[in-house]
Amino acid sequence: MAYPTTFRYTKEHEWIEVKGDTGTVGITDYAQHELGDVVFVELPKAGAKLKAGQSFGTVESVKAVSEIYSPVSGDIVETNGALANEPEKINQDPHGAAWLVKVKLSNPGDLASLMDAASYEAYVAEKQKETSA
Amino acid sequence: MAAMDDKIRKAGRHTSQSEGLIFEKSAPGKRGIELPPLDVPAVDAQKELGAAQARKAVEGFPEVSEIEVIRHFTRLSTWNYAIDLGMYPLGSCTMKYNPRVNEHVARLEGIATEHPFQPAALSQGCLKILQTLQDCLLEITGMDAVTLQPAAGAQGELTGLLLIRAYLESQGNPRRKVLIPDSAHGTNPATAVIAGYEVENIRSESHGQIDVEKLRELVTEDVAALMITNPSTLGIFEERIAEIAEILHSRGALLYMDGANMNALAGIARPGEFGVDVMHLNLHKTFSTPHGGGGPGAGPVAVKKVLEPFLPVPVLVSKPDGSLALDFNRAKSIGRVRAFSGNFGVLVRALAYTLAYGPGIRQATEDAVLNANYIRKGLEGAFDLPYALPSMHEVVFSDARQKKNGVNTMDIAKRLIDYGFHPYTTAFPLIVPGAMMIEPTESESKEECDLFIEAMRAIAEEAATTPQLVKTAPHSTRVGRLDEVTAARKPILRWKPKTSPEAAD
Amino acid sequence: MRYLPKSPSERREMLEAIGARSIEELFQSIPERVRLKQPLHLPGPLSEMEIIDYFRARAAENSVGYTSFLGAGVYNHLRSVVTDALMLRGEFLTSYTPYQAEISQGTLQAIFEFQTLMCQLTGQEVANASMYDGSTALTEAALMAERLTGRHRVVVARSVHPEYREVLATYARNAGLQIDEIPFAESGEVDAAAARAAVSAETAALVVQSPNFFGVLEQVPQLAEIAHAREALLIVTITEAVSLGAVRPPTEADIVAMEGQSFGLPPSYGGPFVGVIATKEKFVRQMPGRLAGQATDNAGRRGFVLTLATREQHIRREKATSNICTNQALCALAATIHLCLLGKEGLKELAAQNLAKARFAAAELAKIPGVRRAFSAPTFNEFVIELPRSVKMVNAELLRDKIIGPLPLGPFYSELTKRGLVCVTETTSRAEIERFAAALRRALEKPL
Repeated sequence: MAYPTTFRYTKEHEWIEVKGDTGTVGITDYAQHELGDVVFVELPKAGAKLKAGQSFGTVESVKAVSEIYSPVSGDIVETNGALANEPEKINQDPHGAAWLVKVKLSNPGDLASLMDAASYEAYVAEKQKETSA
Repeated sequence: MAAMDDKIRKAGRHTSQSEGLIFEKSAPGKRGIELPPLDVPAVDAQKELGAAQARKAVEGFPEVSEIEVIRHFTRLSTWNYAIDLGMYPLGSCTMKYNPRVNEHVARLEGIATEHPFQPAALSQGCLKILQTLQDCLLEITGMDAVTLQPAAGAQGELTGLLLIRAYLESQGNPRRKVLIPDSAHGTNPATAVIAGYEVENIRSESHGQIDVEKLRELVTEDVAALMITNPSTLGIFEERIAEIAEILHSRGALLYMDGANMNALAGIARPGEFGVDVMHLNLHKTFSTPHGGGGPGAGPVAVKKVLEPFLPVPVLVSKPDGSLALDFNRAKSIGRVRAFSGNFGVLVRALAYTLAYGPGIRQATEDAVLNANYIRKGLEGAFDLPYALPSMHEVVFSDARQKKNGVNTMDIAKRLIDYGFHPYTTAFPLIVPGAMMIEPTESESKEECDLFIEAMRAIAEEAATTPQLVKTAPHSTRVGRLDEVTAARKPILRWKPKTSPEAAD
Repeated sequence: MRYLPKSPSERREMLEAIGARSIEELFQSIPERVRLKQPLHLPGPLSEMEIIDYFRARAAENSVGYTSFLGAGVYNHLRSVVTDALMLRGEFLTSYTPYQAEISQGTLQAIFEFQTLMCQLTGQEVANASMYDGSTALTEAALMAERLTGRHRVVVARSVHPEYREVLATYARNAGLQIDEIPFAESGEVDAAAARAAVSAETAALVVQSPNFFGVLEQVPQLAEIAHAREALLIVTITEAVSLGAVRPPTEADIVAMEGQSFGLPPSYGGPFVGVIATKEKFVRQMPGRLAGQATDNAGRRGFVLTLATREQHIRREKATSNICTNQALCALAATIHLCLLGKEGLKELAAQNLAKARFAAAELAKIPGVRRAFSAPTFNEFVIELPRSVKMVNAELLRDKIIGPLPLGPFYSELTKRGLVCVTETTSRAEIERFAAALRRALEKPL
């Protein structure tokens, strides 16, 4: 899967697409592939505060739990309710329908430290080399 | 490949026979137990308790006859693997033979029938059993005092950490952190958190041992204890254990030992003599009490003298007249971790086991270590051995070679089922990617070990030549690999009558 | 040694294959100075016959031949021989935790049936595969309520079993959970006004027992309303599970923490027993312990698997809902078999017999001058009597008649001296009840 160029990426495999002062956050295709079949997602409610780099939820497969780290600081304005009943969306459409939360950024400067699509693809390629070694 | 026909109505070959849920066999009017007639005046529950409190009957409860119960559970049992059938090479589980005499004595009238609140004068037999077991465990571990109260290893771990906390509190500072190796069993960090401590992971060094230099850095006045398993979950003895203990003690911290791997040490070495301050034992591992599909167990905790005042209450004491009693008056005790005196029936079984061996317990340990090393030798050519230090009672391989063909530890484990064995422990310890953790125990004959080695080597061959066969295993079981994903996404956790929309069928 | 399947020549062969000259070589990694040079000082080795003799001798030093009226969380109930006949099958007794589902379907289906039976009994929606016992089930329920509500106080009735409260206190102290105790009223029930006053916006749960330690039935719907009014949870603990054959289940409770010992497990001096946690489906992800769930395989066959494992320690490690690993699976199997044998009508009849026996005993004891019934509210098979003199001293007299009398309450409740807890089950004959009453009468007539 190609990584959308309008997104920014974290080392922990989250993506964020910013429009104005609101960002949509999700986990990347690489992350969902590593996790395997997703069975459950735990997310905070609208109004919760996020801090860049801190965990705000979890994504679970049958045998593992992964923390989700926020790329930015801000307030959650919306959580993707569809994931409660269809967590498999994360495997099917991690960059689209399976967005996790929408957040109102409190510090646009947070975006500067994130990777662009090309850098993220290179980062992932390195990671894939490591695991198959 | 065995086919299973769900439409078979009459019992066929046991592995292929259909057997529904007991609720599906239920029909009104059937009874499995008939009570003796009431010899006192009957009462009307509805009138006695009042309409607000009374219950008519338990809706949906099964109604079946005795013969149906016997057949139902007998059939279910035939779907299980068990130690009585063959080896469980599960690492750190110590799946050894569960002696039948243990079951017999636990059920004796006068043993199974005793009430924990009956007078001490009528419980001397029970108290003597507890005393004798305590003495044996102290002799085996080289510690000073022991509690038999914890119901399982994890509860023993919690008790141990609470003892550490109480002791350190009495010294003025309970401290904040517990150090746990990355090779530790999951109960260790889970327990530390429940005991109110922060977990700090300490990475193993290149040989799989505790990184002593790193430990030196990490042990500060904030650290209450290090929780180790020795031998480690790699089956390797921590050769620098004396230094490890010294570092902790010099900084006022304590050494906790998870006794899950005691099967490598009984009669050979005593943790109390290599610096351990507090440890738990798993009676359902080293001491042969049956796993029974997941429990019960017991997790006695043995301590050095300095921790004795804090032991859970009650404590067994000898009175001046020589009789035994339970002492509830222990001002410094951490309290109770379980009602009554612990899993007494399990303690009886463990004592029966210990009495069977006596000082000869050493032979069991030697055979356990012999078996593990024999299997290691037999498999070294076929599987990757990530840590080459000498193995004790268990050995950890990895799936690194087989991974090249897309076959992983889980696949190999499933294929092992087709060869008539229960899988080894997969994917643990976490420090070995694709781990295959093997512990045969002393209960396995040379013949069984040879069959196991043969099976594993055959699977290694299959992984190289016909990997698909391994990846789609098992092929010979009553059910194939089950869809755990859907079971987790849409859990069905109970049977419901057909009339309800969410009925399990 | 009969448990070791090796001949000396096989040991030699194996050592050769390893390339070791002696077994000692395999222990070289243990520092020399801690390797034992002498055998341990342990009793034994004993043959099978000697082991049995040893335990028979211990049994003879216990209470064989006595009639007991003790309950208080451990109950004498009938057990069918069918239960042991099935439990002792090696495929059940000696099997492992069912992590490998394909070869553990027997255990997994039995667990699924157990979970179902527990839901049916307690009126809850989901139950787990067991906890250690009722006291730790209650403790885990309180910790679960703390996680679910984010609040750090629990209101606990004093009429909850004293040892259960002790266990809760041990865990709570280290979890930062505050316990607020509330008294019982003259009726023996929870003081509802005190409960209402104690439950606040900081309360995670109101914890009560029914039947409580005094045998008294609580008004669960009213207590639920008190808890829920402040958005706290109601936890009901049950020590005498047979009561659920005659008493309505606590459906209004959010979590039920039950002891299942009454179903097919002997008293065994306090364990092993079987704890149960049952709750509403919406709370299942915060529930500790194993869960068996229905699943299908690639050919569409129904099977069962351990599920929702991400709650547990082996995956979640320090963030797990609990540290529990080994549970009480075999005991849960015994309870399952026992309940299937009893069935719907059998359990109802069993509970009715318990009620009848207890009522008869209470009536007989009430005829004795000086004996008064304490607590007025309805009870199941336990009740409290008040005596004109020390219960301990009366019991010493009763022992001469080989009767183990009521549990003195003074040691547990300092204001309840001269009161004793009497339990009568279906296993106590009318003759024994009458003999107890006569002996008690005689004991009270004796000059002090």
